[in-house]
Amino acid sequence: MATQHSRSAARLMMAPAVVLLLGWMLVPLTMTLYFSFKRYLPLRGGDLGWVGFENYTRFVTSSAFWPSIQTTLLIVGGVLVITVVLGVLLAILLNQPMWGQGVVRILVIAPFFVMPTVSALVWKNMFMDPNYGLLAHLWKFFGAAPVEWLSQASLPSIILIVSWQWLPFATLILLTAIQSLDGEQLEAAEMDGAPAYKRFGYITLPHLGRAITVVILIQTIFLLSIFAEIFVTTGGAFGTKTLSYLIFQRVLESQNVGLGSAGGVYAIILANIVAIFLMRIVGKNLDA
Amino acid sequence: MARAVTPQRKAINTAAAWAVGLLIFFPILWTILTSFKTEATAIADPPVFLAFDWTLENYGVVMERSNYGRFLWNSIIIAGGSTLLGIIIAVPAAWSMAFVPSKRTKDILMWMLSTKMLPAVGVLYPIYLLFIKMGLLDTKFGLVIVLMLINLPIIVWMLYTYFKEIPGEILEAARMDGASLKEEVIHILTPMAVPGIASTILLNVILAWNEAFWTLNLTAAKAAPLTAFIASYSSPEGLFYAKLSAASTMAIAPILILGWFSQKQLVSGLTFGAVK
Amino acid sequence: MGQIQLNQVTKSFGSVEVIPPLDLTIEDGEFCVFVGPSGCGKSTLLRLIAGLEDVSSGMISIDGADATQTPPAKRGLAMVFQSYALYPHMSVRKNIAFPMKMAGIDQAEQNRRIDAAAKALNLTDYLDRRPGQLSGGQRQRVAIGRAIVREPAAFLFDEPLSNLDAALRVGMRLEISELHERLATTMIYVTHDQVEAMTMADKIVVLRAGVIEQVGSPLDLYNRPDNLFVAGFIGSPKMNFIEGPEAAKYGAHTIGIRPEHIDVTDASGPWSGKVGVAEHLGSDTFLHVHDTGLAETITVRAPGEVQLHYGDAIHMSPRAELMHRFDANGLRMA
Repeated sequence: MATQHSRSAARLMMAPAVVLLLGWMLVPLTMTLYFSFKRYLPLRGGDLGWVGFENYTRFVTSSAFWPSIQTTLLIVGGVLVITVVLGVLLAILLNQPMWGQGVVRILVIAPFFVMPTVSALVWKNMFMDPNYGLLAHLWKFFGAAPVEWLSQASLPSIILIVSWQWLPFATLILLTAIQSLDGEQLEAAEMDGAPAYKRFGYITLPHLGRAITVVILIQTIFLLSIFAEIFVTTGGAFGTKTLSYLIFQRVLESQNVGLGSAGGVYAIILANIVAIFLMRIVGKNLDA
Repeated sequence: MARAVTPQRKAINTAAAWAVGLLIFFPILWTILTSFKTEATAIADPPVFLAFDWTLENYGVVMERSNYGRFLWNSIIIAGGSTLLGIIIAVPAAWSMAFVPSKRTKDILMWMLSTKMLPAVGVLYPIYLLFIKMGLLDTKFGLVIVLMLINLPIIVWMLYTYFKEIPGEILEAARMDGASLKEEVIHILTPMAVPGIASTILLNVILAWNEAFWTLNLTAAKAAPLTAFIASYSSPEGLFYAKLSAASTMAIAPILILGWFSQKQLVSGLTFGAVK
Repeated sequence: MGQIQLNQVTKSFGSVEVIPPLDLTIEDGEFCVFVGPSGCGKSTLLRLIAGLEDVSSGMISIDGADATQTPPAKRGLAMVFQSYALYPHMSVRKNIAFPMKMAGIDQAEQNRRIDAAAKALNLTDYLDRRPGQLSGGQRQRVAIGRAIVREPAAFLFDEPLSNLDAALRVGMRLEISELHERLATTMIYVTHDQVEAMTMADKIVVLRAGVIEQVGSPLDLYNRPDNLFVAGFIGSPKMNFIEGPEAAKYGAHTIGIRPEHIDVTDASGPWSGKVGVAEHLGSDTFLHVHDTGLAETITVRAPGEVQLHYGDAIHMSPRAELMHRFDANGLRMA
């Protein structure tokens, strides 16, 4: 596609970005690996020597480890399912002819622009508070006892908050995809006698495949590292401790850097498994 | 050709869409409304929707309690600075990937995106340590660097997507017309890419503005942006709904407005060109 | 001046050799057309001459000077692209001025040349518009204008008419031919359309899979195609090919006869068959004849209006003196 001259120029222009990201990846990664083989307690003596794989075994055998993996997967999976399903429905609804479409779009996308700390605080205090929260009022209005959302139904509550933040993103991308659907295809299917639900299943949904992949890829990247939503609402209590949060607690709260670093290595491995899996699908889907 | 839709059908669509739209928007609306209530009205039972005495006192209290201006300024510098720096580094990289693709281009892009999947907590302590060593802790400069790095993959991807849409023949035409590489970038590529670059900037300002892991963990008093400003309302101030609402409104208003104005461009960029 | 010489030029993409060693000379002032089916390497060859691709080996010289390593900007060639490749953010005037701006030509001279080009190409009223506001034909003219003002050693055209509709294509074809007569500058023109090649070229280069099948004037190729490929590619409707015993009668493996060289005879004739589809163009009638026992279909071009329809039985007489004979390798027999 190009000449030798432009090829070497290209390599030169790509270098800063590649070098910076490589450094950003390798330097802390190496340090994390280093610490993970040490007993390292910054506030209680600092570097206390090499311990081999002790941190790794301790991290996995701690009672909090498997629940944290489960929590992580539940939150990521739950949010993905909710945002994709509701996103498809909402995108179809918004694609119908109506008055004030532009305004509705603005209303729907708004939560995406709200910083996670704000949305977590607002939901926690003004909606999910068992005494004064709006949901408590709603429950009382229907004669039900208010729910202590963040302790009794902590995981669903967090999934709800995070889904609210990401639904706009999914909806908007899926809406864009639906709008690009060739109307003639649907009309051809209609001429062929396909009822509405079949037209959806055989034409609209496959057309959305690519958009759904993109939604899943990007959301997973961001969801694996959600932090503020848990930090602000439950602080990791009531079974909402994700792997990330568990590591955060080991490093910052218990100040056990060695143990936390071993956890970090696990988190990196988990992320890589998810990444490889995603890249496979997405790489294929993005090529076309 | 779209077929005519009966007014009834359109009315039903409109009602349904508005209902869903308002439901989704409601938490934000409620927050904004509450910010104008007194603390007593804010927790009134049953809740008051619109019929209350509007007051600005909460905003006054919030401004007094903490220096909103400084948090805002930090947010602007950190979000703006990291985005600008990211763009400067990403434009040449995206250019070469889009116009001089090699067999490894796709791999490099995928690898870049995969660095974004590395869990931040996994490297928190090393970064923390490096920041102390280099005197970057609680500095705006440090955060600019970190946020630039975490968003760089997204910036490169978005720009790559936009650049790819510029037909290669146009750049070849410029080359045939005697333009050097520099002239090609200045006279042809950049003007054509302005809309794409603009929406990339917008999205990254939003992402950086809302980033709440590094900004919370690497700042204290001096460099803290609005994410930290609002986190300080965690507890027990969280129960003062009106003040919490005022602070929240102040934290999200700038980006909400910016986002609304640019939603169209945002979507095209966010899909990485995979959805048209 | 604009003589271009290719000496043992090759091009490989990775391990795929798209152009095996190739020699070609294009004389100064010549209108040379590269023609061939898609994927035959004609565009690659043009881009090698332009300098947009590196040659893998061999030498390209322009006016006798080695230009193999010269970057495209310095070769003194102008190119018109298939997509026109106009700069969308610049007005027509700025588009046309761009190569002169890059060459550092002074403003007065720039304006003089722009006005001259605009006048020649009927663009005077559109100089302040953006390319997006122009029709396909107008964009094409802007692209040509941008090429003209450089006063290049040679013009390179990469399928410039393929995005235009049929009527416009004929018009632009004439305009480009007239331009060539007026400027007498070397032009290299790539197309997959043999009609364009036949009507415009001084010299046609027929390519297949990166290999030159034949070089010659349009009528050379029409009258004396070197092989089956060229025989089948040049001329419309396509030449009929007949193998087997009928060809053996003429001492050939395959004989070729153009549709216009077969006469329809009512009562008798060496060949006979049934008319399939008859295409009545007014000026000519194309008959697709089946059941001849010679080939699947024999196409006959009868002048004027012929009252023959589907299913009619006819006889045909080929003009033996205009028949082409090919051997088993598909090469022309003397």
